[in-house]
Amino acid sequence: MADHGRVADLGDVVDVVRYGDRALLVEAAGAATVPGLRAALAATPLAGQVDLVPAARTLLVVLDRPPTDQDVAGLRRLVPAAPDAGQTPAPLDLPVVFDGPDLADVARLTGRSPAAVVAALTGTRFTVAFGGFAPGFGYLTGLPSDLHVPRRATPRTRVPAGAVGLAGPYAGVYPRPSPGGWQLVGRTDAVLFDVDRDQPALLAPGTDVRFREVG
Amino acid sequence: MLTVLTPGPFCTVQDGGRPGWASIGVTCSGAADRPAAELANRLVGNRPAAALLEATAGGLRVRAERALLVAVTGAPAPVTVDGRPAPFAGPVPVPGGAVLGLGTPPVGLRSYVAVRGGIDVPPVLGSRSTDSLSGLGPAPLTAGVRLSVGTESGEEPFVDIAPVGAPSDRPVLRVLPGPRRNWLADGAWPVLLGAEWRVGADSDRVGLRLAGPRLRRAREDELPSEGLVPGAVQVPPDGAPVLFLADHPVTGGYPVLAVVVTADLGAVAQLRPGDVVRFRAAR
Repeated sequence: MADHGRVADLGDVVDVVRYGDRALLVEAAGAATVPGLRAALAATPLAGQVDLVPAARTLLVVLDRPPTDQDVAGLRRLVPAAPDAGQTPAPLDLPVVFDGPDLADVARLTGRSPAAVVAALTGTRFTVAFGGFAPGFGYLTGLPSDLHVPRRATPRTRVPAGAVGLAGPYAGVYPRPSPGGWQLVGRTDAVLFDVDRDQPALLAPGTDVRFREVG
Repeated sequence: MLTVLTPGPFCTVQDGGRPGWASIGVTCSGAADRPAAELANRLVGNRPAAALLEATAGGLRVRAERALLVAVTGAPAPVTVDGRPAPFAGPVPVPGGAVLGLGTPPVGLRSYVAVRGGIDVPPVLGSRSTDSLSGLGPAPLTAGVRLSVGTESGEEPFVDIAPVGAPSDRPVLRVLPGPRRNWLADGAWPVLLGAEWRVGADSDRVGLRLAGPRLRRAREDELPSEGLVPGAVQVPPDGAPVLFLADHPVTGGYPVLAVVVTADLGAVAQLRPGDVVRFRAAR
């Protein structure tokens, strides 16, 4: 592994925790480290590795056999792969209509005009940090901290597919209709999840994303 | 070809699941009681992870549109062919036009019906399993659904009957300490091991709700979401643990106190609402 992906000499892995008899939970030094750790293990899997589950601060490594002390020791020394080291998905340009029902609330919460919120969002280069919640949902990181807003006090019972929302440090797009508590700022026509595509999820971890405003 | 006459309370197609897609939010899914499903497949000469039927609480009736070789394992439902008793956990020839029926199992929850050649529905992301959480894969079976039977199988089996014990309605499940045991109060682990836990009515392929003493947390801040595994015993804010099964969410935001060992997950899949479980530390 090339060392240009190294984030800090203090170690990119804080701890490795046994998780039942088929998995190890790798605790990353920071949220930004997780995608690189995942890329490293995707490129050079452990023997018997069947799945990787990146999350906010952790990477779960699922095996088809009991983990060994050697696995734990190896993962403690794991060095993130540089984004360009693996098969990084192509950057994604997501067409978004910014007419979400919570755009005015987000503007009020962040002390700016709705147009300024849209300008900030379209000017941000997001990265999909991890999935979860539903097939094709990606947690987009990169949101400027002055655009961090809480979830809605009362979640909606139904959020339409393609809705673009904000919650805490994340942006996200609902891949299909579901309940949800994120602040909705817009919508996209893009099909986020399609099992018949080579890459079923548009927002796969590691993907860089920009929102492009469309009428 | 098979025609579903009645699916029973809940019946799905399952196989070895779809591992490898968790990073885009797709859980593994697959047969909840893996050893039982693999045995059924072996009894008809299929590969162990071939697609088969997972019948919940029996009640399944299917008509064979041509002569088929089937085997039923898991929850020991009475097996009939055109109303006549047939072996459980052994290969059963079903003549063309005959009806295979499963009665209600006296113990256990999930019975597996393997058909020589495998159930041939279109795979989704490499698997024919129904993921009840996200709706991937074939819909749960309904009356009138016709299922193709594949041609992929190995040697004809030569076993008459496989000796298998019936599932227990009072199992003792072996657990390892979970990754967030320290998020729970010091007493939580002994309470988990010391108490009896009753399986709740709202239990399914996603997970089992367990009723018993309240498990208290040591810290109330929010745990950033992290990966889950089948067998994880998660403690939500109400203190009543959830034991996850095959269709668990890929990530969860509540601390995991314990993890049931893989060898005991089949027993978990056979628990019904009202059953009582205990846990003991695995070594």
